[in-house]
Amino acid sequence: MSIDMSQFYQVFFDEAAEHLGQIENLLVSIDLRHPDEEELNAVFRAAHSIKGSAATFGFSDMADITHVMESLLDEVRKGARPLTADMVDACLAAGDILNAQLAGHRGEGAADPAPAVAIIARLALLLKGDDSSAPVAERPAASTPLVTPAASSSASVLQAGVFDVRFVPEPHVASQPELLDNMLDELGRLGGVEIVSRPAVDSDDPQWWLKITSMMPAGTLRDVLDFMAEPGSVDISPAGGEPPAGEDTAYGFFAPLPDPAAGTVVEAARDTVVEDEGVEGEAYGFFTDSLPPVEPRAAVSPEVAPTAPADVLMSAKGGADTSIRVGVEKVDLMINLVGELVITQAMLMASAEGIDPLLHERLLAGINQLQRNTRDLQETVMSVRMLPISTVFSRFPRVVRDLSRKLGKQVELKLLGEHTELDKGLVERLADPLTHLVRNSLDHGIETPEKRRVAGKLETGTITLSASHQSGNIVIEVGDDGAGLDRARILAKARENGLQAPDSLSDDEVWMLIFEAGFSTAEVVTEVSGRGVGMDVVRRNISAMGGRVDVQSIYGVGTRFTVRLPLTLAIVDGMSVRVGGETYILPLGHVAESLQVTADMIHSLSGVPRLIRLRGRYVPVIELYREFGVVDSCVDWTRGIMVVIDVDGSQAALFVDELIGQHQVVIKSLEANFRRIKGFSGATILGDGRVAMILDLPALASRARRLQSVAA
Amino acid sequence: MQYAGMAQRGPHDEDGFSQAFLSFILGDEEYAIDILKVQEIRGYDPVTAIANAPKFIKGVINLRGTIVPIVDLRIKFGVGRVEYTAFTVVIILNIGPRVVGIVVDSVSDVVSLPVDAIHPASDFSSQIGVGFLTGLGTVGERMLIMLDIESMMHSREMALLDTDDAD
Repeated sequence: MSIDMSQFYQVFFDEAAEHLGQIENLLVSIDLRHPDEEELNAVFRAAHSIKGSAATFGFSDMADITHVMESLLDEVRKGARPLTADMVDACLAAGDILNAQLAGHRGEGAADPAPAVAIIARLALLLKGDDSSAPVAERPAASTPLVTPAASSSASVLQAGVFDVRFVPEPHVASQPELLDNMLDELGRLGGVEIVSRPAVDSDDPQWWLKITSMMPAGTLRDVLDFMAEPGSVDISPAGGEPPAGEDTAYGFFAPLPDPAAGTVVEAARDTVVEDEGVEGEAYGFFTDSLPPVEPRAAVSPEVAPTAPADVLMSAKGGADTSIRVGVEKVDLMINLVGELVITQAMLMASAEGIDPLLHERLLAGINQLQRNTRDLQETVMSVRMLPISTVFSRFPRVVRDLSRKLGKQVELKLLGEHTELDKGLVERLADPLTHLVRNSLDHGIETPEKRRVAGKLETGTITLSASHQSGNIVIEVGDDGAGLDRARILAKARENGLQAPDSLSDDEVWMLIFEAGFSTAEVVTEVSGRGVGMDVVRRNISAMGGRVDVQSIYGVGTRFTVRLPLTLAIVDGMSVRVGGETYILPLGHVAESLQVTADMIHSLSGVPRLIRLRGRYVPVIELYREFGVVDSCVDWTRGIMVVIDVDGSQAALFVDELIGQHQVVIKSLEANFRRIKGFSGATILGDGRVAMILDLPALASRARRLQSVAA
Repeated sequence: MQYAGMAQRGPHDEDGFSQAFLSFILGDEEYAIDILKVQEIRGYDPVTAIANAPKFIKGVINLRGTIVPIVDLRIKFGVGRVEYTAFTVVIILNIGPRVVGIVVDSVSDVVSLPVDAIHPASDFSSQIGVGFLTGLGTVGERMLIMLDIESMMHSREMALLDTDDAD
């Protein structure tokens, strides 16, 4: 009779993790004084779902915690007791322990049982409470004896039963189709749902009749329906007519076992039907008469029993989400292969260039088609790796909440652009630096409520996390409306640390000092930050991802950290240019324009031409042939092309022989077999199979800046 | 001590303790390296030059999708005429996890040398750092210059690896 449950564990793990995430998000955002009823219900439902499935799969430790949590939440959502900050804290802590237990069941190290016991005690204490609110068992809504925990834990006995379920939805539910859909989804999680009859939209008879195949006991079904149904209208009974011949002997061993849950349900069913008879007596009259005798739940033929739960679970999973989980290494392999395909395709393109188009029309058409398909394929494959940044952002409401409570500050977190997508590899590596920046803003940026009041600000500070795409980069900003950076203090601290910090530094240069190792101006070292480790690590992590971090700050108004990252690590939009016999790739994100200069635009410094005048601005010129020692190139500025690059506001013009074209290139590592080379950020393979170097434009731009300042 | 660099000994051959080497020609000299370090031998394809790199680093090539640096040993050792013909050969080496190509005039032979046929060459001084020269081997009338190619490619003077002062 028993089936191998372990094949469904992964489904449970995924769902439980999702539910836990949902609980945390909802609890963090909940308004203590005016909790939204829907949110409370959602939290309750999530806890309830975890409890149900944990019990089903025999993870009783998780079921125990969620059971107490659920009881507490149930009272809150029913209005029996107000929601308190303590409760939210306890529930969040319980969520953490559940996560640890979940990890334990996944096989990532067993969870310590001690905190679980402690949290159950803490929740139970809250549940007892100081006020004399009604204990759980006396829920006013339930006209039938409540299903006891014992009944719900009997859910671990895995047998699919077929239930006839009738109920009348609450008026506000009945009037909203999406709520009804939710309800059916919820029931669908428990098993197969078949609608026998549903009321017409404007019908007088509001009763629904469902047939549910589930391995859950009737009590669990009832719990689900209680959310949605009119009090007392729920009627669950084992479906009649199912037991096949020979069932009696096969399940004889069930006979001596009394089944309190089923018994009460059927009794309740009688009550309900009798009550309702006045309204709909005629239609359902046969029900009372033909009500089957109390039937054990195992009223399913032996053939059906082993397969039914599998179907049920699979269909519930299939209906809930349409994604599959794939190993990252498979995706990466695919991306590499597509990269190779793109190169091969470009090679074909290049070799087809000399072909007579009249003689080989079909071949050329095929090659063009191949180009389009390859490009689409590449984009699709790359998008597989893209995740919305909300996967990183979602942790911050909790971080901010916990930290602001600990520090006694009032902070509101605003998240913007959560749907901005970026490479999965970046998402994972972004979490740590961003967490540090947020903690830093909270600890150093936002002032205490008293200080804010004195400064004439709102007592509640705001931290804004935003993400957006800007010209091939993803830009993430962490801003606060706190005290801002203190120039004098940073300078003093820098000197104390032995750094070169003359007063003549611009504000921006002073702000960059905070990224030096060992730098902290916090007056008090706290648990949170202030030990001076961190900001330098943040900068190092971000530049390791090919990005950069900047600070803007106004004293007394706030600070904003801006992190710029490339969208992906693997592919870049590039412009290829020729210098002598060499081809170089310029990442397009930094290319502003290209132009041919005339003699009157060229300006000299100390007798050497160094600048071009462009719309009233002087732009320093870097001659790539000189920079890279190319001999056979054009040296006359008026004959070649100037490519103007713009790196974070500082411009430079690169002098090249000619532009070749613009295409996406796959970045290949130089370091894998060689080493980093100054001036280049990587290499790529051109359509003809040759290697071309990708220029490190930020480095060239800063070199141009230096050249200019030396010359000036 | 001289053999310290030749970490990977071949199996015991029938003639006792011996090791297989690939020998190649640079100018008038014949060199030999541990054959277990050799991945493949191919012709010389045009390379992409690397700006501001030492002269003996010819540049990088695309070897089936990976970027591989090419070192011209003739320039490094200052032997032979540096010209690239249809017969110029590139030996692709596996140096640990890395792949490096070396340009030589030609590949001559695979030889199996017993350990006692390799004579220490302690007081050499040449373009080759003495540390990378493990000895001289004799095969009939020919003299082979035995190179510890792995240590040589790892050395700072080859400028193939990231060094601390790379910036």
